[in-house]
Amino acid sequence: MSIQEQDSAGAPARASLLNDPKARGLFYQATLIIALVAFGWFIVSNTVENLERQNIASGFGFLQNTAGFGIIQALVDYTETSSYGQAIIVGFFNTLLVAVIGIFLATIIGFVVGIARLSNNWVISRLAYCYVELIRNVPLLLQIFFWYFAVLRAVPGKRDKWSFLFDTFHLNIAGLRGPQPVFEEGSGIIGWALVLAIVLAFAVARWSRKRQEATGQQFPVFLTGIGMIIGLPLIAYLFAGMPMHFNYPEFVETGPMLRRGFTLGSGFNLIPEFLALTLALSIYTAAFIAEIVRAGIQAVSHGQSEAAHALGLRNGPTLRLVIIPQAMRVIIPPLTSQYLNLTKNSSLAVAIAFPDLVSVGGTVLNQTGQAIEIIGIWMFVYLTLSLLTSAFMNWYNQRMALVER
Amino acid sequence: MSNKILPLVLGAAMGVAASAANATTLEDVKAKGFVQCGVSQGLPGFSNPDAQGNWTGLDVDLCRGVAAAVFGDASAVKFTPLSAKERFTALQSGEIDILSRNTTWTMSRDTQLGLNFAGVNYYDGQGFMVRKDLGVTSALELSGASVCTNTGTTTELNVADYFRANSMPYEIVAFEKADEVVAAYDAGRCDVYTTDASGLYAQRLKLTNPADHMVLPEIISKEPLGPVVRQGDDQWFNIAKWTLNAMINAEEMGVTSANVDDMKGSDNPSVKRLLGVEGAYGEAIGLGNDWAYNVIKGVGNYGESFDANVGPDTPLGIARGVNALWSNGGFLYAPPVR
Repeated sequence: MSIQEQDSAGAPARASLLNDPKARGLFYQATLIIALVAFGWFIVSNTVENLERQNIASGFGFLQNTAGFGIIQALVDYTETSSYGQAIIVGFFNTLLVAVIGIFLATIIGFVVGIARLSNNWVISRLAYCYVELIRNVPLLLQIFFWYFAVLRAVPGKRDKWSFLFDTFHLNIAGLRGPQPVFEEGSGIIGWALVLAIVLAFAVARWSRKRQEATGQQFPVFLTGIGMIIGLPLIAYLFAGMPMHFNYPEFVETGPMLRRGFTLGSGFNLIPEFLALTLALSIYTAAFIAEIVRAGIQAVSHGQSEAAHALGLRNGPTLRLVIIPQAMRVIIPPLTSQYLNLTKNSSLAVAIAFPDLVSVGGTVLNQTGQAIEIIGIWMFVYLTLSLLTSAFMNWYNQRMALVER
Repeated sequence: MSNKILPLVLGAAMGVAASAANATTLEDVKAKGFVQCGVSQGLPGFSNPDAQGNWTGLDVDLCRGVAAAVFGDASAVKFTPLSAKERFTALQSGEIDILSRNTTWTMSRDTQLGLNFAGVNYYDGQGFMVRKDLGVTSALELSGASVCTNTGTTTELNVADYFRANSMPYEIVAFEKADEVVAAYDAGRCDVYTTDASGLYAQRLKLTNPADHMVLPEIISKEPLGPVVRQGDDQWFNIAKWTLNAMINAEEMGVTSANVDDMKGSDNPSVKRLLGVEGAYGEAIGLGNDWAYNVIKGVGNYGESFDANVGPDTPLGIARGVNALWSNGGFLYAPPVR
C-alpha cells in the first residue's frame, strides 16, 4: 500500500484521508477513469500499430477519390465521377428520407390503429387487434422481403402498367410514376407564398386561442389554415403567369422490347426499393405505436371522459381536447424509442438494394478497404441522428408535461 | 488493493501488445490442425455447399490443396462463407488464413489492403445476361436498361465505366447477396443481370426457366480471379502460390490423382522434382518434400478440378477457353519446380 504517490495533500491528514469516504470515493472514481482512458488508448494505439504493420492505408483522405459507381436514387447531385464522400452524403440523405417519411406514416397509422383498438365497434377493434398482433410478431426483415419480392411479382412487368387516378399515376415493377412539376423562371414566389401561408396559419391559431380564452367564441382555425396553405401559392402561381409545367412519364409501346415501357428520367418515379422499405418500416413500427397510444389513452382516468361528457362535449372533442393531451404525457417517451428504432432499422435497406447509408457505405468500404473509417462514419451518423431525435422529443415532452398551477 | 488495479491493467496491455502475433501463419495453422478458408456464400462451381454442408468447387479445391500440402490431408479445412463486403476484413484480421473466393486481382486490392494475390486460378471477364425475348444481341443495345448486380464488387465499377464510355443511360440496382440479385432479376425488376461470366453461368441455374435467358457475347473487363493471403508472411504466400502452380504443372505433365503413385517412378526429371522424389523443394517452403504429391493425391491437378466443378460435363458447362494450358492455347503457365 503506497498511497504517497497519489496523495499530494500532505502528511498530517493522511490517516484520516484513508478513512475519509469522500476522499476514497474520489480516489476510486479517478482510478476508474484512468483505467478506462488507458484501455481506450491501448485499443487505439494497438489498432494503429497493427494497421501500419500490415501496410493498410488509413485516414479519411480516400473520401476525395472518385467513386466510379452508379447510385439508383440520389437526392443531391451525384454522378459516377463524384467522390466517395459525395456518395456517402447521397446515402445519408436517402436514409434521412426513409426515416422522416417512415416516422410520419408510422405515427399516423399508429394513432389511427391505437384509437381503433379502443373503439366500441367490435369489428373495428378486432381488426386493429389482429393488425397489431400479426405485424408485431413477424420479423421486420421478412416483412421487407415480403413487400419487395411478393409485391414485385404481383404488379405488372416493365413493359406494362396499371394506371389510376385518371391516368396520372402508373405502377409497374420499375416503380410508381407520376407527373413531375418543373419550375421555370420566376417560380420562387410560389415557395415564398407557401412560407407566408404557414406563418399566417400559426398566427391565426395563436390569435384564435387568445380570442377563445377572452370571449369563448371559436374560430375554424384548421380549415382557414388549409385554405391559406393551398390558396396563397395558387394565387401566387396565377399571378406570376403560371411559371410551372408538369413533366409527364412517357410510356413507349412500340419498337424494340428494351425500349418499351417508361423511358428513364421521364416524370417522377418512386423506385420499388424505396416503396417497399418505407411501407415495411411504417407498417411495422405503427403496430408498436398503436400499443403505446392505447396504453396512453387507458392511462387517463375514466372520470376525465365522464366529466367531459357531463360538460356536454361530444365524443370527438372529448378525445381531441381532454383525453389525448393527457395521454401524450404517457405516450411521448416510448414513442421516441420507436422513432429511433425506425431510423436504425432503415439500415436493413441493404437487403433490397435501396442505396441508404449502410448500402452505399458498404460499397465504398469494399472499393477502398477502409473498414474502420467507414464503420466510424456509420456509427457517428446514426448516433447523431438518434441524439437529435431524442433531443427534439425531450423538448416536446417538456412542453407537453403537466404544468403545475 | 485498488491502487494496484491500474498497474495491472497497464501491465496487461503492454503484455498483449508485446505478444502481438509473432507466430507465422504456417505455425498457427499447424497448431490449429486445419486451414481456415474464406469462400463465397454459394457460387456453384467455385465454392458452394451441398445439403450436407460439404463445400465443393474450383476455389474450394485450392484450399483443400493447401491443406493437403501442409497436413497431407485435403479434408483438414474449415470454411467461412463471406459476402463481398466482408471478405478482405476477414483476411486482414486473421479470421481466415486464405481467401479463395472468386476475387478479382486489382492493383488497389494488392497494394492498399495489406494483401497479396497468390496467382490466378480462373481467368474471367464480366458479361451480361438478358431475357431472350428482349431481342437484344449485343451489350451496345442496352441503352436505358436497368441492371441488377452485387454491391461492393469490381462489377459495379465496370458497369458504370462501360455505360458511360458508350454514353448509354442506365439504372443500377445493387444487392448485398447474390441470391437476392437472382430473385430480383427473375422477378423482372431488371432487364440485365451482370457479374463475372462464370458467375452468370452459375447463377443462371437458379432461375425459374434458365433456357429463357442468354449471356451476351461482350466481355467488358479483365477479371483474373485468384487466392489471396495477408501481406508480410512470405512463407505462407509461397505455399499458396506453389500449391496452385503444382496443380497447373501436374496437368501439364499428365500427373493426375489416379496415376500419381505410378508417376513417382517416372523417368521424367521434372515429374520427379514435382513429386519430391528428387531435390528438397518442400523444405524451402517449410513443408515436407512430398507436398505436391499430397496436393495432387488429395484434389487432383488443375484440369481435373476444372472438369469436375465447372467443365462441359457439369451443369455450368463452361469450356476451357482461355483457362486452358498455354500449350493448348490458353493462359495457364506456371513457373517450373526446379
